[in-house]
Amino acid sequence: MADTPKIRVPKTAKKGEIIEIKTLMPHIMESGQRKDKDGKIIPRKIINKFVAEFEGKPVFSATLEPAIAANPYLQFNAKVEASGTFKFSWTDDDGTVTTAESKIEVA
Amino acid sequence: MQQISRRAALALGAAGATLSVIGWGRDAQATPDAAKAEIAKFTGGKAATEGKISIELPEIAENGNTVPLAISVDAPMTADDHVTDVLVVAEGNPNPGVATFHFTPLSGKADASTRIRLATTQNIVVTAKTSKGAFYTASKLVKVTIGGCGG
Repeated sequence: MADTPKIRVPKTAKKGEIIEIKTLMPHIMESGQRKDKDGKIIPRKIINKFVAEFEGKPVFSATLEPAIAANPYLQFNAKVEASGTFKFSWTDDDGTVTTAESKIEVA
Repeated sequence: MQQISRRAALALGAAGATLSVIGWGRDAQATPDAAKAEIAKFTGGKAATEGKISIELPEIAENGNTVPLAISVDAPMTADDHVTDVLVVAEGNPNPGVATFHFTPLSGKADASTRIRLATTQNIVVTAKTSKGAFYTASKLVKVTIGGCGG
């Protein structure tokens, strides 16, 4: 799915501040539990992994199961000591990886 | 003649729709035992202490398709003392696993929020692991009005 994730990261922060990050990835998160009208199970297709890094260092990651609602939303925090770039990635069951980046200025 | 066949087609269509609704039977549910097994896998069989974790969930979720969940673990989040992993399991979903969150000292706080699916009224159990190898646990009951696992 070529949808664009939505991310919210503050543009600026103070050194040592704990900031809040919100991400939302448009995705059906097909659970593999539902059946189509012929009674056949609709195959599972979910985002199974989310990773957030800052300047190449892990900040937060999540392993997701089909019990995560459609359009997976994740909110978490990060402690920033210097200006840099956050990198986010979402991994689909089919192997597709969607990435996004966001820069922050730390004064 | 054409009129009748159109009516017949409509009737067939309606019958088909009814059948497909009935066809959405619920599959076997996870049990508290399956959830316990999932937690035991996470802790490696170690006992988890009650506390340190707060779980924010609505008391009554009208729509089980999207239930807001926020977890927060009380921890210093320093290099030598921080929460590394948090497992969320649901006792009454078809599969107990919901999500596992992984934190580092760069997370600043061991807090995370997401939106989950709940098939029925059930307990959500959260288990946290610290860098020192300690485990903490907490649980919360959610009443679900309309289940969210496709039927």
